[in-house]
Parts: sequence; C-alpha cells; structure tokens
Amino acid sequence: MKSQRIFNGIFYPLLILISAICVLPFLIILSGSMTDNGVILREGFSLIPKQPTLEAYRTLFQNPTSLISGYRVTIIVTAVGTSVGLFLVSLTGFVLSRKEFTYRNQVSFLIYFTTMFSGGLVPFYYMMCGVLKLKGTLTAQWMPAVLSPFLIVLMRTFISSSVPDELCDAAKIDGAGYGTTFTRVVLPLLKPALAAIGLMLALGYWNDWYRSSLFSSKSNTWSLQFYLYNMVNKANSLNELANQVNIVIRDLPTESVKMAMAMLVTGPVLLFYPFVQKYFVAGITVGAVKG
Amino acid sequence: MGQKRLKKPKGKRSFWQDLKKNRILWLFLLPAILFFLVNSYLPMVGIYFAFTDFNFKDGLLGSPFVGLKNFEFLFISGALGRLTKNTILYNLAFIVLGNLCQVSVAIIISQLTGKWFKKVNQTLILMPHFVSYVILNVFAYNLFNYDHGLINNIVVNVLEGKPVDFYTNAAWWPFIIVFFNIWKGLGYGTVVYLATITGIGQEYYEAAKVDGASVFQQIRYITLPGVKPTFIILLIYSLGGIVRGQFELFYQLVGNNGLLFSTTDILDTYVYRATISNVDYGIGTAVGLYQSVVGFAIVMVTNYCIRKKDPAYALF
Repeated sequence: MKSQRIFNGIFYPLLILISAICVLPFLIILSGSMTDNGVILREGFSLIPKQPTLEAYRTLFQNPTSLISGYRVTIIVTAVGTSVGLFLVSLTGFVLSRKEFTYRNQVSFLIYFTTMFSGGLVPFYYMMCGVLKLKGTLTAQWMPAVLSPFLIVLMRTFISSSVPDELCDAAKIDGAGYGTTFTRVVLPLLKPALAAIGLMLALGYWNDWYRSSLFSSKSNTWSLQFYLYNMVNKANSLNELANQVNIVIRDLPTESVKMAMAMLVTGPVLLFYPFVQKYFVAGITVGAVKG
Repeated sequence: MGQKRLKKPKGKRSFWQDLKKNRILWLFLLPAILFFLVNSYLPMVGIYFAFTDFNFKDGLLGSPFVGLKNFEFLFISGALGRLTKNTILYNLAFIVLGNLCQVSVAIIISQLTGKWFKKVNQTLILMPHFVSYVILNVFAYNLFNYDHGLINNIVVNVLEGKPVDFYTNAAWWPFIIVFFNIWKGLGYGTVVYLATITGIGQEYYEAAKVDGASVFQQIRYITLPGVKPTFIILLIYSLGGIVRGQFELFYQLVGNNGLLFSTTDILDTYVYRATISNVDYGIGTAVGLYQSVVGFAIVMVTNYCIRKKDPAYALF
C-alpha cells in the first residue's frame, strides 16, 4: 500500500534516531571504559575509543576489594529480597483473591492507602534506625521493598484472572486446606506472573542505591550502585582505591576506572536483559490492561 | 429450628467470628499486616515531629512542641513555594510530554511493518528502564562535564566555541532533567500503550483497509479514538501524584550542587537533605506532611474526575 510506504519512509528513520538516542549513552560509557585515561583527560569522552586499552579493568581487578564487597552486598540483598518478596507477594495476592475473604476490599484499600499518604522519609528513617535499630544492616536494604502495593495488586489480578475458581473449589472438596491449595494448585499456574514479578523485584534491588545511602555507614554494607555513586562523586573513595593499589593519585586512571566500574555494575543487568525482556513486557502488559 | 440461641441474620458475622472462620487466610495475611504496620502506619505517628523543634538530645517525646512554627518558617522563607512550584511544574512536563511521546511511539510502532525492526527497536528503547539512576548520573557526567564532556568536546573541537559550564548554570537543567525523564520512561510507557492499542479489535483495521483507508487515516479514525480513553485516564491518574517528585532522578543529576537548586530543588530532595545532611527532622517531617496532605487531596479529586468519566477505572 502506498501510504504504508510513505509511513515507513517517514517513521523508520525517526525510530532509528530514537533507538540510537536510547542506546548512545551506554556506548559512550563502554567506550570510555576502554580508552586510555590520558586521552579522556585531553580530548574528552567520545563514541569510539581513541586509544583502546583494558587498563581500567585491570586496575579494578587487581585490587577488587570494593568490587567484591559491592557485589556481595547487592547479590545477597537481591537474592533474599526477591525470594522473600516473591513468596509474600504471592501469598498476600492469594488471600486477597479469595472471594470468601470477607474483608478483602477493606484490606486492599488499607494496603493501597499507604501509597497515597505516608508519614514521609523522616518518620520512616526514625523507625528503621531509632526503633528497629536496623542501621548498618543488610536487612534494612531489602526489607522496605519486600511488599509493594503495586506488585500485590498485580499478583491478585493475575490470580483472579488465571486461576479458575472451580479449580480451587474442587481442591477444597477433595479436602485440601488453603496451604495445599496455594502450593499445589495456584502456584504452578502462576509461573509467568512469578517470572515477571520476580524480575521486577530483582531489578529494583539490583539498582538500589537509596537504601544504602540511608542505612549504610560502613563501606562493607554499600551496594554496588552506591559504590559506583561514591566513585563518581567523591574524591575520597578514589583516594581509598589509590591507597589499596599503592599508586600515586596523579597516575590513577580515574575517568576510565569510573566508566569501567559503571560497566561492571550494570553489566549483569544488560547481559540478562535480552533473555528476560519478554517476561518483563508480559508483566507490564498485564499491569497495563488492568491498570 | 430456633431452639438454640438467636443467630445473626445470614451473611452478617462479627469480626471475631470471621477471624476464626478464615483464620488460615488471616494467618497468610499476617506478614503483610505486620509489614504495612511497621513500614507505613506506625511511622505515621512520627508526623508529630513536624510540630516540634526536634533535636537528638531530647528525642521523640522530649523535643519542644512548637506548633506550626516549622510551617511558618517554610512558608515565609519561600522554600515551600519554590519547592512546590518546581515539583509541580516538572511533574506536569514529565506527565504531559512523557505520555505524548510514549503514545506517539506506540502508535507509530503499531502501524509500522517489519517485524524484526519493531522487535529490535522495542528492545533498544526499553534499555534505559533497566539501568539505575546512578548510571544516569554517569551519563550526564559524560555529556556535560566541563573538561571531558562529550558536548563540550564537540563545542570546542568541532564548533570552535567556548566550553559551557553546565554545572553552574541553573537554566539548562529543566530541559536536561525533562529530557532524561522522557528518555528513561519511553520504553516502558510504549509497552503500556501498545498493550492498549493491541486491544483495539483487528476487524476495524481490516474493514478500513477494505474501504481503502490509508495508514494515516487508519490512525486518525481508529487508533486515536481507541487510545484516547486510556490516555486520558493515565494522564489524570498520573496527575494524582503531582506533588510526589522523582527523587532519584533529581538527586542523581543534581546532587548537592546548591547552584542549581533554584530550578531543580523539589520537595523530595529537600526532605532527603533535611534528613541526611542537616538532620533537621522537624522541618523534614513538616515538608513531608505537607506533601502527603496535598497529595492525598489531589488523588481524591482526580479519582472523582475519573469516576465521572469512566467508573470502571476509578480506584474506589
């Protein structure tokens, strides 16, 4: 069709431009991580590395204390947070999907209300540090995000629409309690939802720097993102790195090391991304249709 | 029949009887109940801080009660006005421009031919959603740095101009921040709108094609009307959150650079600094309370508007 060709002719280039703008920043960081630091200092960042070298990565791997510590914290927080979160979100969604649960609308509202009104950052901070005494722990980093109203509603919607009531009724007639119904009947049917929600949880935890900034005073509880943040923003951590590596600061490959660290921090996400993309899109779509 | 004690009318059961009957379900719900109590509802008590001149020595109950003095200070110093203005204006730009871009890209994708191209394109535009705001900080640094930034690189070497100092000039940043917000959210929003567009029946397009409608006409007469209700609902729904800023975006791009605060400081970043840097809990809680109260009122209003337009979408 002629109009289709015109349409394609206009919008193919536009979409190519938009895609390029979306990807460009990654390429700049990648290139910066593989360029000789002196070139960066003299001529700035560019798209194509002018003097390719793996010096920055070598520096990081030679004394990987901060890298290992950051990875350790982030992996633990992500693993614990995602598994606990997935279990609790599913459980809560399950309860809220049961029609015989008389108070389901009231409870749903109370859960949702927390997104509309809150005491704010200060009381939350005070609760975590002053009352629960969780400052400096890894628990403080995964606990606050383990049950999000958005995900609970998403799960509840999914259960309501994908698990037919007849199935649960049949199980009940066969003598199954709620526990058995949940584990043997509902959970197996939830696989796509578990994948989508699990990925959303995991991504949130992996990218978090905020809770580290609030609750982590010592560097051995810093998340990967927070390490990167400090590396880019604060001269102190560069000095620390310099001391570990026994290099005079003047010679420390600062700019390219920052870029290399950025690649190492976000690398796993970008690596997994193509494989998990379809689950993500499915999750967003289901959320979109119900809203 | 009737010899035993009088039963309540069928269907009405006291809370405790329900607790007993559905006790397993309530047990399952216990972690969530505890979580929201500890994380959200109990901290609400801390709103009391907003009315005190909090200091650590006296602690929670000992700090002197000062009534509305914190609010007075925030109002008179102009802080509240400036922060509110920034927060709302930015959110308006984010919501309107962001949604417009997302729906446009979604419509374009839906009518484009070439399955492979569409898939690759969608993968690429969704990428920004997956990186953290710290990485965004790194990008901005790469682009805007005075000495090594890519933009100044081009300005100095290619255009032979003088380098621009982005980090001391507040005027650039509204554009920079809005751009990055759109950049980060484009992929995600496009998926949402694509889901809506896919919901429009294929038969309309088939019929239109048979009648000889061009692609542009199909968009104008089928896609746009089909998407309009969702677009408006999402718009109104987002407006409900207009006093809640995108904290991570602003903090990572601007940080503690006070020179930029006049155009970039929002309610959330102010509260964060009050909590972490200044330890001014009274003021911090006051701003947070203001944000919550105003935000709640706006959500009620926007929900009322949605309910009038299409009751199925209303939250309650």
